[in-house]
Amino acid sequence: MSAKQNILGKLRKSLSGTTPLADNFDEALVTEPWSYPPEQRIAQLRKLMEAVHTELHLTTGQAWPQLLAQLLRERQLPSLLIAPGTPHGQRVVEYWQQHPGLPALKAYDRPVEEWKAELFNDTPASLTGTLGAIAATGSLIVWPTREEPRLMSLVPPVHFALLKASEILDNFYQVQQQHKWAEGMPTNALLISGPSKTADIEQVLAYGAHGPKDLVVLILEDQ
Amino acid sequence: MSELFYNAVPNTTRVAPPLPEPRQYPSEKPARVYLFGTCVVDLFYPEAGMDAIHLLEREGIRVEYPQEQSCCGQPAYTSGYTEQARQVARSQLALFAGDFPVVVPSGSCAGMIREHYADLFKDEPATLQQVQALAARTYELAEFLLNVCKVQFKDSGEPVKVALHTSCSARREMNTHLHGRALLAQLGNVERVEHNHESECCGFGGTFSVRMPDISGAMVADKTRALKESGAHQVLSADCGCLMNINGALEKQRETLRGLHLASFLWQRTGGGQ
Amino acid sequence: MSAPTLIPTVEVQDDFRTRAHKALGDAQLRNNFRSAMDSLMTKRAVAFSDAHEREHLRALGNAIRARALSKLPDLLEQLEQNLTRNGVKVHWAETVDEANDLVLSIIRAHEARQVIKGKSMVSEEMEMNHVLAEQGIECLESDMGEFIVQLDHEKPSHIIMPAIHKNAGQVASLFHDKLGVEYTKDVDQLIQIGRKVLRQKFFEADIGVSGVNFAVAETGTLLLVENEGNGRMSTTVPPVHIAVTGIEKVVENLRDVVPLLSLLTRSALGQPITTYVNMISGPRKAHELDGPQEVHLVLLDNGRSQAFADSELRQTLNCIRCGACMNHCPVYTRIGGHAYGEVYPGPIGKIITPHMVGLAKVPDHPSASSLCGACGEVCPVKIPIPSLLRRLREENVKAPDSPNQVMRGQGSKYSRKERFIWNAWARLNSSPALYRLFGFFATRLRNLTPSNIGPWTQNHSAPKPAARSLHDLARAHQGKQGDQ
Repeated sequence: MSAKQNILGKLRKSLSGTTPLADNFDEALVTEPWSYPPEQRIAQLRKLMEAVHTELHLTTGQAWPQLLAQLLRERQLPSLLIAPGTPHGQRVVEYWQQHPGLPALKAYDRPVEEWKAELFNDTPASLTGTLGAIAATGSLIVWPTREEPRLMSLVPPVHFALLKASEILDNFYQVQQQHKWAEGMPTNALLISGPSKTADIEQVLAYGAHGPKDLVVLILEDQ
Repeated sequence: MSELFYNAVPNTTRVAPPLPEPRQYPSEKPARVYLFGTCVVDLFYPEAGMDAIHLLEREGIRVEYPQEQSCCGQPAYTSGYTEQARQVARSQLALFAGDFPVVVPSGSCAGMIREHYADLFKDEPATLQQVQALAARTYELAEFLLNVCKVQFKDSGEPVKVALHTSCSARREMNTHLHGRALLAQLGNVERVEHNHESECCGFGGTFSVRMPDISGAMVADKTRALKESGAHQVLSADCGCLMNINGALEKQRETLRGLHLASFLWQRTGGGQ
Repeated sequence: MSAPTLIPTVEVQDDFRTRAHKALGDAQLRNNFRSAMDSLMTKRAVAFSDAHEREHLRALGNAIRARALSKLPDLLEQLEQNLTRNGVKVHWAETVDEANDLVLSIIRAHEARQVIKGKSMVSEEMEMNHVLAEQGIECLESDMGEFIVQLDHEKPSHIIMPAIHKNAGQVASLFHDKLGVEYTKDVDQLIQIGRKVLRQKFFEADIGVSGVNFAVAETGTLLLVENEGNGRMSTTVPPVHIAVTGIEKVVENLRDVVPLLSLLTRSALGQPITTYVNMISGPRKAHELDGPQEVHLVLLDNGRSQAFADSELRQTLNCIRCGACMNHCPVYTRIGGHAYGEVYPGPIGKIITPHMVGLAKVPDHPSASSLCGACGEVCPVKIPIPSLLRRLREENVKAPDSPNQVMRGQGSKYSRKERFIWNAWARLNSSPALYRLFGFFATRLRNLTPSNIGPWTQNHSAPKPAARSLHDLARAHQGKQGDQ
């Protein structure tokens, strides 16, 4: 008998004669306390994300590349990792072409194995899009793709994330339902709710544990 | 505990019982009640039992004290000697058969009857019915005075600061801390002070205190320190297990502070014994 | 800065009482735990400021876990099917040895030398670090707290905050001694030292190991929560990811994780959510640029099916490993996690460990509780921990020849003498005549009470019965009333 057969056999024996419990999931419990008027969603998101040291900026679909360039300069970041295959990656490339002298752009356009050392040691910042955000918990929703792979939002010490205001939803339940997550999950889906942190030493909160030390969210108010 | 009322096949996966509704109290005082004195009150704090009787009688209630009563069975139950606990519990059932309230001047013992007797008799349908009915008319003393007698105390004592310690299980099962606080709030000259980690266990836990004396000792040391630091002149509790633990430790530490049963304090403050 | 490689773990010494006694005498340890637990209790209370919301959410959490357990074998098969469809390899292990063999065989297939681990309590059950080190394979913890305890040859003292027993000064000395860095008590600097050492390890590692917080049967998704990013690193950077988890961690639907996640992070740390919620449904697809090429899931039983067999004890498996029970436990707060001598300390440890190692190996665990109920009150999935402790006490004192075999090591505290005493106690308290006689002598002979009565007088003065029992006083009182 295999371990699987043994385990399942024991469990089935323990349940013999019983019927599975009914599914009485009360969605009101995970939605009603966590619903917000549309105009308050940004404020709610801001409150929670700023409480964990996230930097948020309100900008527009037109103005964000300029703001991004300014933030990079202020932080004296020498380069930015982008996803050239995405519309927002393209916007960056175009803006950079029109404004010479900005920090260098790097593209995540090849398997990580081919440039792992550079990613780890010489990639100070990245820009990714998001699928939206969750006001109730102050979380960005990120589904890494071929164009925007997983490590983009993890390895560089500074992570810039673009968020369309219209894509901020109230709670995680609503996100799962509206986007029909149960019908198909990607290889990796993430909720990101701040820069990486730890309180493992004497409960003192320290940022920049293993992931980004800074998370900067650009909220596109008109999108 | 109360999660055992599952009627399905015995091995059915258990769901927690529904959230409890607030307890409904009778609108009028009963003409008579039983007093279940408990074994610790009987032998170590009998005056607290008498003061409970006095408080109830002053409300115009006749108090029956069945002489055959002994113990609720809790010490054996919490020690894992379920059969022995059942034997003792069974012997008490018939003594409180009349359809009127049973008042208990000790929180954890009231909790034993209210919350755990059903567990003891879960496999005996007829007895189970009997203990469920008993549980429904069993009250912790402070709860009974406050919510059934609706007492309105008039304080006749000098100004005093007191700290109230409530038995953990009673607090969690029956909110006795709220009842005790509400009664003390009626006494104009009594200031109730909070103590550090007030809701934390004093370390008694029945046989825990002798099975694990090191850990229990550390807990009661912290509890007595918090009580001393609270500035209270008097410690109050409505649970005699906790009182034995706290007073025994204070005495061993040669402290003068002592714990008094809430019933005795209430009786003394409101003109009792004069 | 030199990075550590093979770190053995020091064996647990003494029995529970001795360890507890030592811990109680360690003022620094007491202080570290008290302040940490106070802070965690406050954070949880703030995060659940609405009692109505909290209680209904706990009820939902309980119902979700109970529903999953009520169809556990079916859900496990559904999980395996969906994960397999997604390209994840699923393995089953009845024992920790089997689980370690599975992990070792994956490691050997890849000729791996370096393993980096995200936080996983199941891997602690397996003592994976130790097993791999014996095979010459470096297995390094990457959670900051786990890294600290591993450096000090210790085991975690808390399931969420592994190094909670240490203060910053102790970590500073440790890093100075073991990593050769300059002594600093600055927590930010200490974390940056850890980050630097471990980044290199993430970079080099051949295999990443992680635990699982929830395994979703419906979608074939492994959900991991964490704040540090080490969980994402461990599951994303190395070419192979091995997740290890207990068979009870499965939930039916993706939506079920919404309330469970909220209960978990708020109960554990008072956070509305952790920094990262990482949902893994498969290895890197052909066109993707990063992520592990292989993902494995090891499903471990290790005594869980024993707890599952009894419907009361089955509730133990509701646990979502938030640690709130230990944060609120007056015993844990005073003796700390190491005194328990096992992987899971505190109230949950007392009820789950006997199924993993047998009750005979942890005979004192069920007794080391005042049954104050703090654990049950805060448990986000409403495990009736105090009742389960009481039940284990019952199993613990069962006669060895009892026909009712519930668990390995049952009856480990069976004592004929103690049973005799309780039988006598029961006879005394169920016979009014005997009880009256006892009361008579106890009160009349009160001055003969010995001043030293064993463990009680360790902490208390000797109790002295009253001069007259309540029975006597009440009888006299009622007689008087009758006369009036």
